[in-house]
Amino acid sequence: MHVLAAANLRLDASAIDYVLLAFYFVLVLGIGYLARRQVSTSLDFFLSGRSLPAWVTGLAFISANLGAIEVMGMSANGAQYGLPTAHYFWIGAVPAMLFLGVVMMPFYYGSKVRSVPEFMLRRFGPAAHWVNSASFALAQILIAGANLYLLASVVNLLLGWPIWVSIIIAAAIVLTYTALGGLSAAIYNEVLQFFVILAALIPLTIVGLYKVGGWSGLMDKVTGSPGGAEQLHSWPGNQLTGFSSNFLSVLGLVFGLGFVLSFGYWTTNFVEVQRAMASKSMSAARRTPIIGAFPKMFIPFIVIIPGMIAAVTVTELMGQNKQALLDGQSAPSGATFNDALLLLMRDVLPNGILGVAIAGLLASFMAGMAANLSSFNTVWTYDIWQTYIKKNRPDGYYLNLGRIVTAIATILAIGTAFIASTYSNLMDYLQTLFSFFNAPLFATFILGMFWKRMTKAAGWSGLVFGTASAIVVFVLNETGTISLPGQGASFVAAIAAFVVDIVVSVVVTYATQPKPETELVGLVYSLTPKSTREHSTTGDDAGWYRNPVLLAGIALAITIVLNIAF
Amino acid sequence: MATEPTPRTRKAGAFDIRLIIALLTGVYGIVLTIMGAAFTNDADITKAAGVNINLWAGIGMLIFTALFVLWALVRPIRVPEEEPPAE
Repeated sequence: MHVLAAANLRLDASAIDYVLLAFYFVLVLGIGYLARRQVSTSLDFFLSGRSLPAWVTGLAFISANLGAIEVMGMSANGAQYGLPTAHYFWIGAVPAMLFLGVVMMPFYYGSKVRSVPEFMLRRFGPAAHWVNSASFALAQILIAGANLYLLASVVNLLLGWPIWVSIIIAAAIVLTYTALGGLSAAIYNEVLQFFVILAALIPLTIVGLYKVGGWSGLMDKVTGSPGGAEQLHSWPGNQLTGFSSNFLSVLGLVFGLGFVLSFGYWTTNFVEVQRAMASKSMSAARRTPIIGAFPKMFIPFIVIIPGMIAAVTVTELMGQNKQALLDGQSAPSGATFNDALLLLMRDVLPNGILGVAIAGLLASFMAGMAANLSSFNTVWTYDIWQTYIKKNRPDGYYLNLGRIVTAIATILAIGTAFIASTYSNLMDYLQTLFSFFNAPLFATFILGMFWKRMTKAAGWSGLVFGTASAIVVFVLNETGTISLPGQGASFVAAIAAFVVDIVVSVVVTYATQPKPETELVGLVYSLTPKSTREHSTTGDDAGWYRNPVLLAGIALAITIVLNIAF
Repeated sequence: MATEPTPRTRKAGAFDIRLIIALLTGVYGIVLTIMGAAFTNDADITKAAGVNINLWAGIGMLIFTALFVLWALVRPIRVPEEEPPAE
């Protein structure tokens, strides 16, 4: 593990920065406190989210996703691979969000499925539910580790304490914050951190571009740096995938990243889907991810470009340091790509705006980790403990258990934070996790939804074998049997998990008895009445600018233009 | 009183998320603008590649704040009243 403090990499924060930071947390905790003190209809409205207009849910939808993991991971990726990172947005997220709005949302909203474990239980019975809950809980702990590690690296840069002390301190801060603020503060924090992050990243990008001499200056510097001009065009992205063949690289991007990983992530990620469920009508629910897609398209410009600038201007990441990191060794300076954004902030942001940047980063790690902890808590306490281990206890029992589980989860996350800290680019770590957990889940989910014959046994066995095959690909890559240096291994693992899951599910289905059709109404597409999937076009849903399909078409057109231009 | 055809609603008021966002960016905007205008030395400007970034970011945030407040005033969120239908 690297120790940043040793290389004297410190953020030079002054009193004014700490004041801005403090103001943020006073505001968030204050609102959380007021929320718990007085039962206000208006507040209740935002918290429980009944009948929200589409722009609010759209905002919540995109904020829930633009956390620090995304900001730090994508800028690390930008520093390492350059513009091909934009695929995560233009091939990955945006088309998947549009697919969610146009195809999946009518089904979700109409059938009132509220979570993935719930769908698994009703569609495939307890075995698939068990497998899904357990793997989901594990995934949350592993992702919480990434959040905690990033939070710790900010504490480390601010105060200069060793990373292991920072991790423990960061864990204590998160626990205090969740205990003080509760769920209500968490929801406001999620939306507010998005704006603070924007307020920090836009100036950072502008100043960074000034520093390298504008767009053309950046182009020249990246061309002259290790990695070269290939990092300036999003296609074919060979460095990112690790394939030397252009054709395989494009195939890996489109099918692995675009289809399996991103569609899997967005359609089965109910942390996000639930934001859309809070909207007031089917039309608003469908518009939620589509409205979210518009800002999403432009996020790469303020996360990837600062990463690229950092890789050519920050002393600790330039030249031989970048070369060493690209070769998979540690840089002489001790820095990693994960530090790209923080180091650029240190170099170009004066006190004042630096405080805004620190507040934004800390807030989004908190939001991210709080979301992981609460998802883990819900699944462990209600889906696993209450369903299979101790049934029919009073509510207070489960509430207390929830508190203990949150504390235990935080301690476990300290462990996974150390795993995350061994990756020089956190995006590698995250994409590996997504290939283990999301890719097979997506296969089972989509097959179970569209194919009514699929049986209970096929449900759980597909998941188990899918995840196992992704792990096999991962181990083969780690031991050097196959060698894909970039994130190609995750893309291949995701494709393997998806294909194996489908094959196993089909084989098992034909060997076992299907569920009677009457039990599948509302759970399978063809057995859900069409009327429950349609939306109104009157009143608040009237007008061409509120037509989900048209909005999706506009978003898709802009994305295609962006793909061609870069 | 004649029965109103529209459902009873009231404004979300101070808890409108747009006003809370505006409060945050407003305070940050004021602090940064003052920092940029009065407390910026040459070292800060050299560090930020010749841009007085505190001033510009501060002004940007204040404009953003004004737009959000305006939006919240022009199109307030209507919260459905939760009263039992006693009439």
